[in-house]
Amino acid sequence: MVKIEINGQVVEAKEGSMLIDVADQANIAIPRFCYHKKLSIAANCRMCLVEVEGAPKAMPACATPVTDGMKVLTQSQKAKGAQKNVMEFLLINHPLDCPICDQGGECELQDVALEYGDDVSHFNEGKRVVADKDIGSLIQTDMTRCIHCTRCVRFGQEVAGMMELGATGRSEWMEIGTYIEKSVSSEMSGNMIDLCPVGALTSKPFRYSARPWELQSHPTIAPHDSIGSNIVIHAKGNEVKRVVPAENESVNEVWISDRDRFSYEAIHSEDRLQTPMIKNKGQWQDVDWETALAFVADKLKAYAETFPDQVGVLAAPNATLEELHLLQKMARGLGIENLDHRLRQSDFRLDAVQPHSEKAVQPHLNLSFDGLENQDLVLLVGSWLRKEIPLLNHRLRKAGQKGAGIWAINPETFDFNYDMTQIASDQWLLKLAGLVKTVAEKTGHQSDLPQWVAQSEVDTEVETLAQQMIEAENVSVMLGQIAQTDAHYTELVQLSACLEAWTGANLSIVPLSANTVGAQQVGFLPLKGKNAEQMLSSRTRMYLNFGLEPEKDLADGQLALNAMRQAEFVVNMTAFDSETQRDYADVLLPISTFAETAGSFVNAMGRLQSFKMAIEPVNDAKPGWKVFRVLGNLLGLDGFDQTNAAQVRSDIALTPLSPDFQSLEAAKAPEQSAIVTTEQINIYAVDAMVRRSPSLQATPDAKSA
Amino acid sequence: MIAFLKHQVKSFGFTELFKGLAVTGKYLFKSKITVRYPEEKTPLSPRFRGKHALRRYENGEERCIACKLCEVVCPANAITIESEERKDGTRRTTQYDIDMFKCIYCGFCEEACPVDAIVETRVFEYEFHERGSHIMTKEDLLAFGDEHETQIAADRAADAKYR
Ligand code: SF4
Ligand code: SF4
Ligand code: SF4
Ligand code: FES
Repeated sequence: MVKIEINGQVVEAKEGSMLIDVADQANIAIPRFCYHKKLSIAANCRMCLVEVEGAPKAMPACATPVTDGMKVLTQSQKAKGAQKNVMEFLLINHPLDCPICDQGGECELQDVALEYGDDVSHFNEGKRVVADKDIGSLIQTDMTRCIHCTRCVRFGQEVAGMMELGATGRSEWMEIGTYIEKSVSSEMSGNMIDLCPVGALTSKPFRYSARPWELQSHPTIAPHDSIGSNIVIHAKGNEVKRVVPAENESVNEVWISDRDRFSYEAIHSEDRLQTPMIKNKGQWQDVDWETALAFVADKLKAYAETFPDQVGVLAAPNATLEELHLLQKMARGLGIENLDHRLRQSDFRLDAVQPHSEKAVQPHLNLSFDGLENQDLVLLVGSWLRKEIPLLNHRLRKAGQKGAGIWAINPETFDFNYDMTQIASDQWLLKLAGLVKTVAEKTGHQSDLPQWVAQSEVDTEVETLAQQMIEAENVSVMLGQIAQTDAHYTELVQLSACLEAWTGANLSIVPLSANTVGAQQVGFLPLKGKNAEQMLSSRTRMYLNFGLEPEKDLADGQLALNAMRQAEFVVNMTAFDSETQRDYADVLLPISTFAETAGSFVNAMGRLQSFKMAIEPVNDAKPGWKVFRVLGNLLGLDGFDQTNAAQVRSDIALTPLSPDFQSLEAAKAPEQSAIVTTEQINIYAVDAMVRRSPSLQATPDAKSA
Repeated sequence: MIAFLKHQVKSFGFTELFKGLAVTGKYLFKSKITVRYPEEKTPLSPRFRGKHALRRYENGEERCIACKLCEVVCPANAITIESEERKDGTRRTTQYDIDMFKCIYCGFCEEACPVDAIVETRVFEYEFHERGSHIMTKEDLLAFGDEHETQIAADRAADAKYR
């Protein structure tokens, strides 16, 4: 610790920290453009010049380490003069087109110019003009406005891990652009919009549609992956205009993925279901909520009385905790036990080995996001984490930067944005088996191996990995989406459990959806009934689908569609209308999206985050939990008289996170059947909302499916 | 006693009446200041703040760029704007309404406008015959601007050196 003096105020600081950080902590304002706490120091804008006593010239606060006894003046004649001059230089080539600039009103350049700049410029010559670049459907460029802070370039290199934007030329002729004219394809590219201090990079879908001062902020939680990113919805009146990140160091730091940023477009899409509808003799009729709910309650009761085991209830794993809780409570109250949220899973044999119970939560991250950064070795099994959960991948990338060895066993080589060793093979299950075999041999567990594992071949790469796994201290094995949707999920989990048991590694089945963990914790699982696959392939007379599109969200879309067509009565509670569902469904109930309801999600590491309603439901939609509350009462069930989401929440007893994978190890991996290749689910096809965001669908990522 | 007599003379001698008539007489022959509105009108300043208009450039392009500064500065919340990116990529309004009942004719909108699009004209005689017509739409405002452009331009030119 050293003591320094800023403007006469004595401040304690860690030795070697930068002056600007110290000043920030002491709430002393220093203007800046290029400095950003999550990026490396470039010190190229010179806006942060301050006077340091004894130094002949003003010093950049962002690149000046503190030393004991340092005396700093941020308001002196010299500091102010330096700031004023830098500001004048920065504005020489800035077009000053604030009236048509989307950054206007929230622009760092405007703010700093107002506070530290002068009101006249000495510059009378012509300003330069830079051609705009077309970098895709998400980011709009107005490159003339660029002040060359290089935050976007550093973001690309240091965070997104792709050298996409770069600076060419020098001084007056310096330009920021893509080296070759192409789209920026990072799955986190939207963060550049926030980083850019001026209006050079702005949101394309938002373009010109509102002013920052017209927007109300509504903090909420992102619904598309299990990070549970803290976001802020900016709404004008009752219309969501954009989504920006909220800072939360232990969850999303300061970033959000493009999926969370741009999916809001679906909220006001034309596809939204307008009113409740009932199919009457093949004709769809608009009805009011009372009629629709009375009708559904009647049918539900009738089916539950006569064929309780032939009623299936499917819910999307990104439904809120409250919705899932009330839905399972209602279903179980009627004696219906066929409940599932594991829509994309195709192999449920694990349920027999380790049945879901009130005590076990299977997919969840067995360590915190920060904890992941401090691993020494991470093995991804069946995962293109980068496109599954972009921000988790970012944490893993940071672990790699801190020196962790990152490995993956995958059906193919995927494009990751960091150095790693990928063991890719169609026979990837056998590669994993080989790894387990090697580990068993090295740790003296050969006798525990089933035949087919003991026979699997081992190559040098796998050998190295096994050795490293045994030697390294903090090892994590993470099963991703490809593993979870694979027909050999059971074997993959069991083999990984062996690794956990014999190397002391930490095993996580990475939850994919916003509320995968929550759904398990409220028991939205077939604890006694049929799982999703069994429902679809056995006779099921009635389906209640909550928030999903069966043909797109279930593992086997065709099977699901046929099952829906064959069912006698299908109720779809959904935010969106579609031709497909009009064909097979009998009742459509319009449900709110995450922005129009209060609720909670439990993220990958078990963190429960609640949020409030950001906007009123559009059209005639209603929040799911309210619908279930009314249905519960119509059905004459007890415990459905909550008046707000918080009351529903207090009614929930969450299963603690305590998976016991150790017990699996004894279960032994069963004989493996024929290898089938599984697909990577496209990053922009994971749920109904994302599929309806035009700008996301226009990205190269969406097309690469 | 003396006071009493003085009072009697004053009251019955009509002195006050003659004083008053003297004033009347004086103004009877002075030049008149009454303006016989509406036949006659007072001169107006180029800064007069009457009914609003939206202006165009000489090539016919509307000036307004949907910056919304007028909307936010308006103390009466009289202006409502919706904006979008027009096909040619420029920033334009899709809706520009002024509620003439809310407006307090302060002229802030005109002052805020960076492109001299919204202006207040010399026109102060207008009336609405239908409910709702007090809300001037973008079309109304542009048409009104076209109609009065010569005067508007002349007024801005006259005031230019003070701005
Ligand atoms: S585009 Fe924005 S972030 Fe990138 S260098 Fe220019 S001003 Fe900085
Ligand atoms: S004159 Fe004043 S009150 Fe009227 S619209 Fe303009 S800013 Fe608003
Ligand atoms: S009238 Fe002027 S101030 Fe108002 S939005 Fe248009 S350009 Fe901006
Ligand atoms: S913030 Fe210090 S030089 Fe840019």
